[in-house]
Amino acid sequence: MKSETIMRLGVRFYIGVFFLYLFTPLIIMGLATFNNSRFPTISPWKGATLKWFKALAQDDQMWHALWISVVVAIGVLLVAVPIGICCALFLSTVQGKGKTLLYAIMMSPLLTPGVIIGISTLIFWKRFSVTGGIMLTVIAQTTFIAAYVMLMVLARLQRFDRTLENAALSLGATQWQAFRRILLPYLKPAIISAAGIAFLQSFENYNTTLFVKGYDTTLTVYIASKVRTGLTPAVNALGLVMISITVIFAIVYEVKRRREQSIKS
Amino acid sequence: MFNQLKARFGSGLAVGVIGMIAIWIIGMVVLPQLLMVDYSFRPNLLPVDIGGPKDIYTLANYNTLFTNEIHLKIFFKTIWSSVLVTSITLLVSYPIAFYLAKVATPQKAALCLVLLIIPFWINEILRTFSWYIILAYKGPLNALLLSLGFIQRPIRFLSGDGGVLIGMVYAYILFMIFPIYNAIESLDSNQVKAARSLGAGWIRTHWRVVIPHAKPGIATGCIMTFMLAAGSYAVPSILGSPGSRWFTQIIYNWFFEGGDWNQGAAYAFLLLIICIGFIALVMRIFKVGLGDIAK
Repeated sequence: MKSETIMRLGVRFYIGVFFLYLFTPLIIMGLATFNNSRFPTISPWKGATLKWFKALAQDDQMWHALWISVVVAIGVLLVAVPIGICCALFLSTVQGKGKTLLYAIMMSPLLTPGVIIGISTLIFWKRFSVTGGIMLTVIAQTTFIAAYVMLMVLARLQRFDRTLENAALSLGATQWQAFRRILLPYLKPAIISAAGIAFLQSFENYNTTLFVKGYDTTLTVYIASKVRTGLTPAVNALGLVMISITVIFAIVYEVKRRREQSIKS
Repeated sequence: MFNQLKARFGSGLAVGVIGMIAIWIIGMVVLPQLLMVDYSFRPNLLPVDIGGPKDIYTLANYNTLFTNEIHLKIFFKTIWSSVLVTSITLLVSYPIAFYLAKVATPQKAALCLVLLIIPFWINEILRTFSWYIILAYKGPLNALLLSLGFIQRPIRFLSGDGGVLIGMVYAYILFMIFPIYNAIESLDSNQVKAARSLGAGWIRTHWRVVIPHAKPGIATGCIMTFMLAAGSYAVPSILGSPGSRWFTQIIYNWFFEGGDWNQGAAYAFLLLIICIGFIALVMRIFKVGLGDIAK
């Protein structure tokens, strides 16, 4: 019994250390925003300041990059979500020989390094004299984000009860009506969360974007260039803003989940 | 296949579905990859010479790697380091995944999962940047170690590959934890209990019951982590030094500094081959099929 107790304590300790490892970097990065130092660090501490938030707000390049990121993310959303839904519909409907191969091809962008997706898109569109920019960024990101959407929609589609569809059809609905009124509403939650993931994936993407961005710098690329050259704690201020938004989202999600759970039970 | 779609959705929607898939698969996934490979076997020519007598298939771009000692060294270092990152990540992740799936109460596990996701909603760049602050020569980690008296003089964490490895484990750990967690969660807890009450120790229980069940998850996690590590550009460019370059950085330089896209395409294709080779190897070691991966 005694070894069991030690085991349990060991596990607790490990979990504790792990979460400490997970969050310490983010806390340190946040704290460095408030340090009155030219360089982002917390040691030595030179007194508190809010000036880096002001510097961030006045950074026009940053606002421009943010705008480009939003435009790209909306573009990706509009292309990748329909493609992902179509793939999910296809996979859940079709049976036959070539299906496994097609599925493997559809999955392949997720197993391909992001730089290679960027490179192949860049080379492919050079044929048509299209150079890097917002359009190529949208295309390159869609290549793999569509696969994420496909997986998320497919997961819900596999639990769909086809008899509902058949009932609608035998009651006189057209195929389009059955799709529009039965299947699409059922898929709605999955489509919404897939759209959220697609937006986030696009917004954060670096490896693929780097090769196809041309002169249209997205926010992530901008942050990376700031980190490598001209590093000031204004980058931390931006990081802190992003972390705060994320944490608020997480709290809202968790509260919602708990409320739903308490309603169920 | 079209008939099956038509029978369910009607011909209009079926055409739409097939059309969208065709655009994606052909125009974005397959053709660009094939063209990249084609590109890698051609010499870098002026626009006038393209299609002319000089435009022939050649292995010259691949030869460059094998004759350039520095590039070759970085190529193998990237592979080896990515394997190392994958192994460390696996070792760190397995206990966490098991705890979340089988030990923690559902309430606690749900909370932990949300906590786990938070750092991963934040940019890879920012996550890596926070390690840059920690590991800096005059950063908090050195300050802490100095004040505790563990070291006499600050350590240069960022001058070798050490910082890059630390940053990568941190950056990609979620891609290991989640697949393993999903796999272990589907294991019937009674099997663990049965093994325990029949006298198996903890190690044996894991080795003979939990790990065999979690194989597809472990394989998926390893494949994702290796692919992300080998293909990483952000982490080595932030945490690395000029002396610890990554293969992706060389590819980038061929494109945007060397201006030789054909050469860059050849290097990119080699990186892709390594990733495909790793996937094949992992699938063979764990005896899982493509269908088990990325569930």
